[in-house]
Amino acid sequence: MAHDHDHPHDHDHGQEMPETALRVKALESLLVEKGLVDPAALDAIVDAYENKIGPRNGARIVARAWTDAGYKARLMKDATAAIAEFGYSGAQGEHMVVVENTPAVHNLVVCTLCSCYPWPVLGLPPVWYKSSAYRSRAVIDPRGVLRDFGVSLPDDVAVRVWDSTAEIRYLVLPERPAGTDGLSAEALADLVTRDAMIGTAKVGAP
Amino acid sequence: MNGVHDMGGMHGFGPVTPEPNEPVFHAPWEGRVLALRRAVGGWRRWNIDAGRHTIETLPPADYLRLSYYEKWLESTIKLVLGAGLVTRRELETGHRDPAVPVATPPLTADKVLPAIMAGGPTLRETSAKPRFAAGAAVRARDINPVGHTRLPRYVRGRRGTIECDHGAHVFPDSNAKFEGENPQFLYTVRFEARELWGAAANPADAVYLDLWEDYLDAV
Repeated sequence: MAHDHDHPHDHDHGQEMPETALRVKALESLLVEKGLVDPAALDAIVDAYENKIGPRNGARIVARAWTDAGYKARLMKDATAAIAEFGYSGAQGEHMVVVENTPAVHNLVVCTLCSCYPWPVLGLPPVWYKSSAYRSRAVIDPRGVLRDFGVSLPDDVAVRVWDSTAEIRYLVLPERPAGTDGLSAEALADLVTRDAMIGTAKVGAP
Repeated sequence: MNGVHDMGGMHGFGPVTPEPNEPVFHAPWEGRVLALRRAVGGWRRWNIDAGRHTIETLPPADYLRLSYYEKWLESTIKLVLGAGLVTRRELETGHRDPAVPVATPPLTADKVLPAIMAGGPTLRETSAKPRFAAGAAVRARDINPVGHTRLPRYVRGRRGTIECDHGAHVFPDSNAKFEGENPQFLYTVRFEARELWGAAANPADAVYLDLWEDYLDAV
């Protein structure tokens, strides 16, 4: 199965690359034939990340922190344990830290060396998070990256960039938008976007 | 290694382009690659650091051209060959060498969610004491290891401040070479944006990295 990628294609997307799909199929078929992997386990892994583990998990954490001061205190002190209260744990979120946005501080999460990302609370990373553009610029030009997302920060708001160089995974606790006092935690969770928990967006009012 | 994967601070890759309503996978094969990688990882013939290094050691032009899941495919092939789980001839023919008995997969469907939920924690017990306390001034070492390391070039030689320690964690530089976990204290270190990028950076801004004791010197 020689390397065979000498034609141009859009490197940030996985679309319309039949030869790659064929190579994956051939590898899967070989590993199954050898008894190295269980095809039902493969289906279960895909199902877990397509249907069970995604940014809704993180949104529930954020909404709870906004509505329950005791929970927020636990989350800021030991995020791994507080997140596990919801049953979210494990692969690529073994050691969690939550960083809080305030009127004076804006946090942004990146992995410059690969694409480390808090899977149990956000699911799998979006293509832009894994892109060379984001990984290279987030640390040197975070304000420019934020402008790419339509977020313009005043100079006196401090930007803190968290480069995930070890196995600590970061989740941003966004600011709760004004005008949401009467909302339930479930309704608040509906407002919380994935990008707000990476730090490339703010949570908008309903 | 001073590879193209170490991208922090590079110019020229253009704007970040978010994709509205992005699907989890852009094609079914992407999910299969993710699943194959995790399932065959159940044989525990390598570790996460060795796995990352197989991606870093792709030829630089390939690294930049391939998508995330294409890189995972190349890396998975390298890992199964390197571990002897698959022979080159099997890969070429697409079929099991009849001389090799059929194995029993370690990861079955019922074990998938428990395995995901358990993950692979890297925190280790230690009787050692952390060398640096919160607030201590440190300098990231100016080192250029040819193997795997998690000390990006853009902080080497730069001064920072210890924010906190996270206990002792598996040291990637030795673990990637199967030379042992060598757990040592891991610190969050704050670097002022101006220390990293010069006077044009906003004086309020900072970058935080998680760095092992062997990456740091006292100032």
